[in-house]
Amino acid sequence: MRRGIGRALLFVVVLAAIWGLWEGYRWLWMRQSWSWPFVVDDTSMPHLQDIFGALFDPARVNGPLLITILWHSALFTAKEAAVGFAIGASVGFVLGVVLAHFNVLQRGLLPYIVASQTIPIIAIAPMVVVGLGNYGIAAWLRVAVIAAYLTFFPVTVNTLRGLQSVEPRALELMHSYAASSWAMLWKLRVPAALPYLFAALKVSATASVVGAIIGEAPSSIPDGLGGAIINFNQYYTLNPANLWATNVIAACLGIFFFLVVALVEKLVVRRPPEQRA
Amino acid sequence: MSAIAQPIPRATLADRVGRRARDWVPAVVVFGLGLVAWQWLIPDVFGVKRFLLPRFSDVITTFWNQRSELWSAGWFTFKEALGGFVLGCGLGLLGALVLSRWRRVGEALMPYAIAAGAVPIIAFAPITNAWFGLLSPWSKIVISAVLCFFPVLVNGLRGLTSVAPESLELMRSYAASEREVYRRVRIPNSLPFVFTALKVASVLAMIGAVVGDYFGGSTKALGVVIQSSVALGQFETAWAAILVASILGLGFYAAIAAAERLALSWHPSVRSRAE
Amino acid sequence: MSEDLVVSIKGLSKVFRRGDLTALQDIDLDVERGEFVSLIGPSGCGKSTLLRIVGDIIPPSSGSVTVNGKPARRARLDRDYGIVFQSPVLYDWRTVTKNISLPLEMLGWDRGRRSKRIKEMLELVELESFGSHHPWQLSGGMQQRVSIARAFSFSPALLLMDEPFGALDEMTRERLNLELLQIWSETGSTVIFVTHSIQEAVFLSTRVAVMSARPGRIAGIVPVDLPQPRTAATREDPHFFELVTEVREKLQAAGADEVTEEATLQ
Repeated sequence: MRRGIGRALLFVVVLAAIWGLWEGYRWLWMRQSWSWPFVVDDTSMPHLQDIFGALFDPARVNGPLLITILWHSALFTAKEAAVGFAIGASVGFVLGVVLAHFNVLQRGLLPYIVASQTIPIIAIAPMVVVGLGNYGIAAWLRVAVIAAYLTFFPVTVNTLRGLQSVEPRALELMHSYAASSWAMLWKLRVPAALPYLFAALKVSATASVVGAIIGEAPSSIPDGLGGAIINFNQYYTLNPANLWATNVIAACLGIFFFLVVALVEKLVVRRPPEQRA
Repeated sequence: MSAIAQPIPRATLADRVGRRARDWVPAVVVFGLGLVAWQWLIPDVFGVKRFLLPRFSDVITTFWNQRSELWSAGWFTFKEALGGFVLGCGLGLLGALVLSRWRRVGEALMPYAIAAGAVPIIAFAPITNAWFGLLSPWSKIVISAVLCFFPVLVNGLRGLTSVAPESLELMRSYAASEREVYRRVRIPNSLPFVFTALKVASVLAMIGAVVGDYFGGSTKALGVVIQSSVALGQFETAWAAILVASILGLGFYAAIAAAERLALSWHPSVRSRAE
Repeated sequence: MSEDLVVSIKGLSKVFRRGDLTALQDIDLDVERGEFVSLIGPSGCGKSTLLRIVGDIIPPSSGSVTVNGKPARRARLDRDYGIVFQSPVLYDWRTVTKNISLPLEMLGWDRGRRSKRIKEMLELVELESFGSHHPWQLSGGMQQRVSIARAFSFSPALLLMDEPFGALDEMTRERLNLELLQIWSETGSTVIFVTHSIQEAVFLSTRVAVMSARPGRIAGIVPVDLPQPRTAATREDPHFFELVTEVREKLQAAGADEVTEEATLQ
């Protein structure tokens, strides 16, 4: 109970500190007219309350409230990210298992899997979106594929490491029970790999949201947060608060995905306390 | 009193080279297969249009013909990535040192640092453009820096604090000051963790710089070259530029990995590979 | 007479968790210069805690600890003792030589003085040709010898050892016992030695302090009057077995059912 109150208090303190730092920086830089690292005015750093207030204003004249628009955009992007996460995590896990069992494949494919992450996904996103469009796949699903592309890599690498992290003695014990490879996988290696897996899933949760936004932006898909960012970016000088508000919502979406995975991890994995020093 | 156990005998040079070569055979085979697929399977068998993925030979020809423009664009963007890398990793290390020193603050703020790392930084590219101007490299440097900051902070902190209790007791028996404990124990102990994060950051920095270009940037930048080539229908150029981005990212990663091997010659993950 | 007391413990108690856990209760123990005192007792009797309090690694709850005529904290700051743990606590990024030189670097010794002393230490533990090796290239027993060399490197008056051979096999342990005795007589230092093994305690010590189960008290002291220097033959001496039996009986009386002669912490 005490810890809960303490944590809530800390949360409030952190929020207040952020607000204080923002407004303080703003006030000081505007007062002194400093131009490094950048000029501070109402356009570059709107008041936090203006950003918050913009959510509850119509985005266009006589249009729906900004927060309504952003809510739907966020849901759209969330769907892409969630499906992309599911696909990417599954593919990543299977790939990790396969590579762990077949050393040849590991040595043959791993360098390219690593190299694949150096390709700027934003560049090939439009091509993927158009290409998959030929097969009659819905637009959001195509973006989900892009999200999956960013998601699978950490999962593969960490699954591989986790499966290989089993102590040789534990393996020998399983052998003595004449356990099949399949049984060893599920009863021994996978549980040992869970901490690594969840570490990767937390990174992937973020990556899937990033992938979804990056997938939408250059592909001219207007329904999601990526589209909203492009849109409000065009009108930034007129109404900076809109873009900031969109970013805040995007940030919340990323954090939300992360927290969901962290929560599942707490429920699934019982971890011994890490060595504290 | 004879020695209890002999140290592990080191393999001869010939053994090691031979083993290395054998390790790489599968990768080379896959590379060859990949090239075959790119050159023939994908365009001819699967009928993939050139605007999705041009033939390998076409891309290479364009790559060669435009190599000077492509490389100068690549270098331009690489400098942005490098700047962001240095800035982000430097701040991350500093943050790790500070948070490890004042443990209570560090533990309290850790969840927030981790949550902040879950924010899609790329969404902030338009804002950094507004701050620093589209053409200024700083708008991309900041993006790369933020991308590099979090892995380095989290891993650095873990490395600085995961020291065995008995090691700290030993230091206490030497009446060591906090500074000495850091210098002699915590910092060397954290190096493996930090290098892991630096490798991740190297790739992220390059990606961050290129993606940042997509929201607006100088025509000298690689991301802008990719984007405008696509807009003009010059897909071979676009893919050649993507190739450049990839090569630079891999090169950066390889450089960090080489530095790691030098600095961590004592670490199990490095020495077992050398055996 | 009191100048010959290296360690003087009076009325020492230690409680943890705000009084819930009494680890040590009313410990009185004096250790004279040149002695080799073993602390033996059942698991959880606080012997390691006692050792750490002597080293001022953790503070006592009440009572006094005097080391070399000073309060324990002063003795620690003056580096009056060296400590060896059950795990060697060597740093992988330093060679054997540099591991031994660590406390010397911290004491500000210049390079010439350091390398001379390290050479002496390596000879002392018979690892002369392993100076440039890294800890992972050595066996467990060799690593512990490096740890001992490091502890002795600055010639402390007192050596604290917390089950240093507990993780090693029996043959290695017996060999290292003899080596330790040799080092002890050559350096003339005082040793407080925590162990699980009755045989080891009797073999090494001039006195064995038997501790009771938690809360830890000194249940009895057994003087070991076996002839010095001890050799492998000493283990066959009938008086050796008598002493082992005496210690075991005291342990059992103190409520220790689990301690056995071959006890290792494996």
